[in-house]
Amino acid sequence: MSDELEALVAEAKSAMSQAANLRELDGVRVAFLGKQGRLSTLMKGLGALPPEERKQRGAALNEARASIDLSLDQAHGVLATADLNARLLAEKQDMSLPARPIPAGSIHPINRTIEELTAIFGAMGFSAVAGPDIESDWYNFGALNIPDHHPARQDQDTFYLPGTGADGRPLVLRTQTSPLQVRTMLGQEPPIRIIAPGRTYRADHDATHSPMFHQVEGLVIDRGITLGHLKGCLTDFLRAFFGISTLPVRFRSSYFPFTEPSMEVDIGWNRKTGELGAGGDWLEILGSGMVHPRVLANCGIDAREWQGFAFGMGIERITMLKHGIADLRPFYEGDIRWLAHYASSPLTPASLHEGV
Amino acid sequence: MKFPLSWLRAHLDFDADTATLCETLTRIGIEVEGVEDRAAPLASFVIARVIEARQHPNADRLRALRVDIGDGREYAVVCGAPNARTGLIGVAALPGAFIPGTGITLKVGEIRGEKSEAMMLSAREMGLGDDHSGIIDLPEDAPIGRPYAEYAKLDTIIEIKVTPNRGDALSVHGIARDLAAAGLGRLKPLPNPSITARYPSPLTWRIEDPRACTWVVGRAVRGVKNGPSPQWLQDWLVAVGLRPINALVDVTNLFTYGLGRPLHVFDVAKVKGRTLSMRMARPGETLAALNNKTYTLTEEDGVIADEAGAEALGGIIGGEHSGCDENTTECFIESALFDPVRIALSGRRHAVFTDARQRFERGLDQALPPRALDMATATIMELCGGEASEISEAGQEPNWRRHATLRFERLMGLGGMAVATDDAVARLEALGFATLQRDTASVTVAVPSWRNDIAAPITLDMDPGLDPTRAAAAREGCEATEAEADLVEEVLRLGGLDAVPAVSLPVPFAVPPPAVDAKQRRAITARRILAARGCQDNVTYGFVAQATAEQFGGGAAALRLENPIASDLNQMRPTPVASLAFAAAANAARGFADVALSEVGGGYRSTAPEGQLAMACTLRAGSTPANWAAPARPVEALDAKADAQAVLEALGVPMAGVTITTDAPGHYHPGRSGTFRQGPKTVLAHFGEIHPQLRDTLGLPGAAVAAEVFLDAVPEPKRRKKSPPDLPAFQPLRRDLALLVDADVPADNLLRAARGAERALVSDVVLFDRYAGERLPEGKVSLAIQITLQPRERTLTDAEIEAVVAKVVAAITKATGATLRG
Repeated sequence: MSDELEALVAEAKSAMSQAANLRELDGVRVAFLGKQGRLSTLMKGLGALPPEERKQRGAALNEARASIDLSLDQAHGVLATADLNARLLAEKQDMSLPARPIPAGSIHPINRTIEELTAIFGAMGFSAVAGPDIESDWYNFGALNIPDHHPARQDQDTFYLPGTGADGRPLVLRTQTSPLQVRTMLGQEPPIRIIAPGRTYRADHDATHSPMFHQVEGLVIDRGITLGHLKGCLTDFLRAFFGISTLPVRFRSSYFPFTEPSMEVDIGWNRKTGELGAGGDWLEILGSGMVHPRVLANCGIDAREWQGFAFGMGIERITMLKHGIADLRPFYEGDIRWLAHYASSPLTPASLHEGV
Repeated sequence: MKFPLSWLRAHLDFDADTATLCETLTRIGIEVEGVEDRAAPLASFVIARVIEARQHPNADRLRALRVDIGDGREYAVVCGAPNARTGLIGVAALPGAFIPGTGITLKVGEIRGEKSEAMMLSAREMGLGDDHSGIIDLPEDAPIGRPYAEYAKLDTIIEIKVTPNRGDALSVHGIARDLAAAGLGRLKPLPNPSITARYPSPLTWRIEDPRACTWVVGRAVRGVKNGPSPQWLQDWLVAVGLRPINALVDVTNLFTYGLGRPLHVFDVAKVKGRTLSMRMARPGETLAALNNKTYTLTEEDGVIADEAGAEALGGIIGGEHSGCDENTTECFIESALFDPVRIALSGRRHAVFTDARQRFERGLDQALPPRALDMATATIMELCGGEASEISEAGQEPNWRRHATLRFERLMGLGGMAVATDDAVARLEALGFATLQRDTASVTVAVPSWRNDIAAPITLDMDPGLDPTRAAAAREGCEATEAEADLVEEVLRLGGLDAVPAVSLPVPFAVPPPAVDAKQRRAITARRILAARGCQDNVTYGFVAQATAEQFGGGAAALRLENPIASDLNQMRPTPVASLAFAAAANAARGFADVALSEVGGGYRSTAPEGQLAMACTLRAGSTPANWAAPARPVEALDAKADAQAVLEALGVPMAGVTITTDAPGHYHPGRSGTFRQGPKTVLAHFGEIHPQLRDTLGLPGAAVAAEVFLDAVPEPKRRKKSPPDLPAFQPLRRDLALLVDADVPADNLLRAARGAERALVSDVVLFDRYAGERLPEGKVSLAIQITLQPRERTLTDAEIEAVVAKVVAAITKATGATLRG
């Protein structure tokens, strides 16, 4: 490279180092490499040279151009970084600002419990059934071997509505979800394996009773189903639901008009602390038994061929026990503070593979 | 029912401690609800004698005592009781003892300068009643130094819950029998006294109507001296919660609780005429009963009557007029059987709850009346003296004899537990069943007269719609199995059902099918969608006040409860929104006016199953959350529309076919509400602002909007495979248009016209601005839309694009009269 070219390159580099920003740097590029740029002008002069000089001069010019290009790239990199840094600094925001709110909704604990128990019983082959709250008293009582004069059927426990159902019987708000057992037995042939979670009503209102509450009943009708299966099924459920594989479960002889033999089921807990699974005390949690032959007959099932078991438990009760909820009344009051405290996310539905 | 252990001991020899006793009772189906050990808190209190009582030197109202508690030394006691005197025998507590009546632990003290090393107790301080007029004053022969609880025979009281089928267990004797059968103790046989009749019965039974009574025996005892019953009897009655009255009445209660055999005693002198009739009440007939209430009877009530009228509601309650008192010298004892169903219905009709009713309606020992009469006669003569008359009887012993057969394999086949056949038979025999026939496979037993619940006559209430052949087979099935199931229960119960091995339910498949059906899944989806949109899922009562129901379009008489628990919970709600609005108002009253509530629940339009609608509802009230980035604004009708739409979309409703009409029900603002419809008839949902008047009535302070989706109206989405997705290879292009249109033209009309103008190319139309203001002609608005054109074959030329846009504008103009804004 001739001294003249070296001087040109040096001049270009000096101009680049003076450039304060990318725009000025581009000016430098244009001044030297643009169409009318100084190096470009020299390049244009190549054609006038004799061939033997042209080659040497051409190589020198290319070398000078490469040198300027390289320096331009470097200078561009430095200035671009500085530019970006300046912009980033200018774009700074207060990251302590609260995010835009997306209101969080939630699922009521009763509905959460229904999801959980449906998942557990579902794994044991039960399907869930639903049905009307207003029933004729045959579905609620008569078919279940609870005749009109039965002590279990006192006026003060049952809400009545005027008029009669399609069968001509008085209308009641169902006091249990057993009408769904009846509807299932009438609607399908055995084998039957259902649970019936739903709203129920009783004319009772105090700290531990609500005029509306929820029950889940279960019904299994098959060949060869015994009391042992009833015990196994309920023990398996209770241990899965409460998540305590060693939960003590006790079965006591009892009486219900619609089962025989009948049993009440207790789980072990500590009465003082409310802790489940230990403590030496017993807490009654559900009623159960082998389906009474009269109930089978009322629904057209021959008890010589089919037998099975039924059970019923309070959904609020098991929910309160599982979550340590002390008071029944707030379940129905819609207090958003209570709901926010006890409700669960709609995005984490109950499932066995994630754990109920 | 309560009973003291001393009463149980009169029927059962046993050594078991109280814990074992209770555990056994609970195990065999007689649930222990409470144990009151009255002696335990008094264990340290001993009988003491006041050696000397003198005036306290420094206090007028106090006395300084020297007390002997039988341990050889004297205790100084300062005492304020007015009856504290030299020689009194009472009860003393020493320092360290807890005083149940005051809740204080006793310490050595000094009262006004006099030392007090013990305390003399009143009944109230011992927790034995309310008497605090002075310290306990015991008879002269009370043994000094002995524990008071032992001296006073304060025994443990057990409270049990007897199931409705076990009338026989509503008695101390019945409980003793069950315990003995379960291997706890030995049952003492009932006495069978022989009574010598000394005179003809002054009264004669007559059964005028067999509905009133089937069998009655009675006998008089004359020359009785009625007064307080002996202490042991009074103690027992007090222990079970009864008030001792006089010996004759107390004896009837002794039999009610001891044997489960209610009796009645008439004062012969007060009975008009010589005949006691069992008959149905006459219309309007009244009975002044022993509970000081007067009942107006009906022709369905059975009574016991003399010439003057009803003297008792048979099996339920006696009359005041003919009852025995301290002046009674001749009583007439009634021992009868009544129809349990009639007793239950009469008792319920008149709301009378008595020990007699409780037992009669559960069923009594069918063979016991004569023997109970003899036993009662003997007890009355023992306590009150006198001599017995001959027996008067009417009606006859019912045919209660039944038998039942147990095939031993059913213990395993139904009960899930094999029991050795000898054990099974032994358990039944211990309960009073008599073996009639037995072989290796089965046993046939006679049912005892007191077990009305075993092998009972079968009454069915079958579905009248059953096929006759099927119904007949079902009836036979019941008749063939019920009594056997009774026996299986008895055998297993005595061994404890806890002993039956638990067997997990066999599952017929490795992977279970879905547990919920499509309808339930819809409800679950709706609930989750609304919660995901920020609503708090609720569960509220299905009933509201009638007035509230009316405000939401309900209130039909057919849906009004006949026996509501409260006047504001008397009407089935037409929509969950009614309940949610109340919850929102309650939250506002607590200071939380901004709420988003949802409920998937029932709306009741008729009592038929199809009139009980499954609805997914939201109620939003107040404002959206305040935030720096987007200011709070009142909730508006379109928020509710979004809720309804989200549910419908999630349920697979093809929204392109859904129309919106402006005829929402009256609880909405008429100009700010709408109805989603599919076709002309099907209403999918309502939404809108709550009517401002209703909002004020409900006490909602700010804006309130609601949505109601009728889940049952949503058609079941067709289950078919999805078609392949539409993924054109060419880029879509977008054009913005501003259109001037009359303000009352629904925007949806304009959007629909744009979408429909050129379906092959227009893939989307979005309304991105709506402007109404001074710069526009009166009555006009500007709607700005963005049209997305999706080429499919090739890139569109400018001319083609212009042509499509012109076509869209023309369609809009035709449909709505809108013009392109220049």
